[in-house]
Amino acid sequence: MEKIATILLAGGLGCFALSIAVEAVLPITHLSRIPYKKLEEIAPEASEDFKDLARRYPAEFKQYYGEASGESFRAALRLGRDMYIAEACWHCHSQFVRPVSNEDARFGKVSYAGEYMNEMFLPHLFGTRRVGPDLIRESGRHANDWHVAHLYDPTIVVPSSVMPRYTWFFDGEVPNKKGMAVITYVQWLGSWATPEVIAREEKANAEAK
Amino acid sequence: MTTAAIPQADAGPLVDRPIVKAHIIAGFSFFFLSLFAGLFYALQLSQLYPFPGVELMSPGRFRMVHTNAIAYGFLLNNFMAALSWIVPRLTGQPVLSRKLSRVIFVAWQLIIGLAMVGIIGGKAQAIEWGETPTFVDPLVVVGAALLVANVATPILRIRARKLYVTLWYFGAMMVWMPLTYVMGNFVPQYFVPGAGGAAVTGLYIHDLVGLTVTPLGWGMMYYFVPVILKKPVWSHTLSLVGFWGLAFFYPLNGVHHFFYSPIPMYAQYGAVMSTIAVEIVVFTVIVNFFVTLRGKGDMLRTSLPIRWFYTGMVMYFITCLQCAFQTTLTFQRLIHFTDWVVAHAHLVMFGVFSFWIIGMVVHLWPKLTGFAWWSERLNHLNYWFSTIGLLVMFLDLTIAGIVQGYLWQNLAPWERSLTASMPFWHLRSIAGLLIISGQLLQAYNMWMTARGHAPASAPAAGEPVAAAG
Repeated sequence: MEKIATILLAGGLGCFALSIAVEAVLPITHLSRIPYKKLEEIAPEASEDFKDLARRYPAEFKQYYGEASGESFRAALRLGRDMYIAEACWHCHSQFVRPVSNEDARFGKVSYAGEYMNEMFLPHLFGTRRVGPDLIRESGRHANDWHVAHLYDPTIVVPSSVMPRYTWFFDGEVPNKKGMAVITYVQWLGSWATPEVIAREEKANAEAK
Repeated sequence: MTTAAIPQADAGPLVDRPIVKAHIIAGFSFFFLSLFAGLFYALQLSQLYPFPGVELMSPGRFRMVHTNAIAYGFLLNNFMAALSWIVPRLTGQPVLSRKLSRVIFVAWQLIIGLAMVGIIGGKAQAIEWGETPTFVDPLVVVGAALLVANVATPILRIRARKLYVTLWYFGAMMVWMPLTYVMGNFVPQYFVPGAGGAAVTGLYIHDLVGLTVTPLGWGMMYYFVPVILKKPVWSHTLSLVGFWGLAFFYPLNGVHHFFYSPIPMYAQYGAVMSTIAVEIVVFTVIVNFFVTLRGKGDMLRTSLPIRWFYTGMVMYFITCLQCAFQTTLTFQRLIHFTDWVVAHAHLVMFGVFSFWIIGMVVHLWPKLTGFAWWSERLNHLNYWFSTIGLLVMFLDLTIAGIVQGYLWQNLAPWERSLTASMPFWHLRSIAGLLIISGQLLQAYNMWMTARGHAPASAPAAGEPVAAAG
């Protein structure tokens, strides 16, 4: 128990390997039964919010993204997620709804493993702190113009907000390429589990029965 | 009761003193970067941010500077100082190469500096405690490998049948640290998405503290406490229980950072059980150290390093006791995502490991500079500033966490949780200012001491074992 070989092999490698096997490899293997999807599969077409940005800021949008196509939409989503990571949005906004503490009443459907098995959650952005609300059900909660005002100066729309201003997402008062990308990304979060989508799926299921 | 005396080699020529000193100075420089980054972020929460709308001064980016500078800049630099001081003494062997020590020193500062620039420049990675940009990650791995080669060599060279406790912790850490870093920074980033990736991130967050910082910290305690008290640790058997308990249970804890997430429940239950098991093991270590103090309790008053060390141990005990409760799913419903967790993190990272490091510096600085402390009074002031500042911050944020948890659970509008938190956030900034003031006094004292204003012959209160070192 006090020899260098025992300490390095059993204590160092052995215990570490055991923890990886039980707490990582096992759940990962379990979860890998859910197929992994590329962004092309889950976001084939531009969202309504993305098209709305194209209508609101036609000149700027055309300059940054051209047409509001599936391809430009996915480029915006990827850039938006990069900005979300660069600004550490995930340190104050979590991305999973827990089945406790009335979170389903506040945010929406409880998170499930399948919704994270795609390119946009590599790396995952679960987060461990909520200074602001969870964002995994954010899609459709606010209009684009709310997000524009909120990113420019959060206290305009939420006076007690402690969120920083992100003025570098703007040229003057118009969101720039990064700003439009962040809004597109946040508006996309949970678009697969809005109350409307869930109601539609439930109806379809009931009819199938 | 079995005891193990510390093997003390004649360490005069074995220890590379300039490198110990350099790591301490670099560590304190990053300490101030981290402290001010933390203060800025706290001011943002108080709606008092002095630089709103400046991209390179964004509070979100400063938050990552705060945590990474403290972990990799302050703690690891000072732990490298501790390794360079302790390992040659316990093994009677020098490190692999003094030149390599210098290369590691310079490389490490460049790596952390690059990481800070990357984070400020908007290239952070979305891994908690591993926001070092992805292009810095391979460099960190190389740096860690060089460090391990340099410091593991003397441990591997000695042919002792039994190693001293400190070397168990240091030896195992040298296996754990590189594995932990590679796992946490590469697996969820490139290979495993979603909930599986979160399980790995949880392991990384926890192993960085549990398998790198904790073994280094306890290894330091098992060395410095008996040396300063001039008596061996009470029970060798208990120290064995402590080490093997940590090695077995600690790595299994990781998933407790993501309870009630879509990570399979059996992994979450496993994390609950092993976390509670860790606290039982921790209790044996604490008992061992407090019984060791028996008969020497007066040194809590006369020896400032001992006081820093034992205060840190009390904080450690509180942290771990708290952890045994907060890891249960019942507590998690209320406190997860709140400031309760932030309070817990500060209690362990500042109240335990930073306290131990400051204690070590109080002990070592006169030996490194050749001068007694310029001012004992300033050292004592920092002790009280830091202790009071930390306790205020801890209690304040813990209560804030409970308030936030209940407001969320009761479906109050989100803004209500912000206005309710505001007084707590103001007080947190004030507590932070107190902590920063203490460290400024400490740094000023270190500077004046190094300049040699006080005569070297004057006996310093915190230094009963100047010769034994």
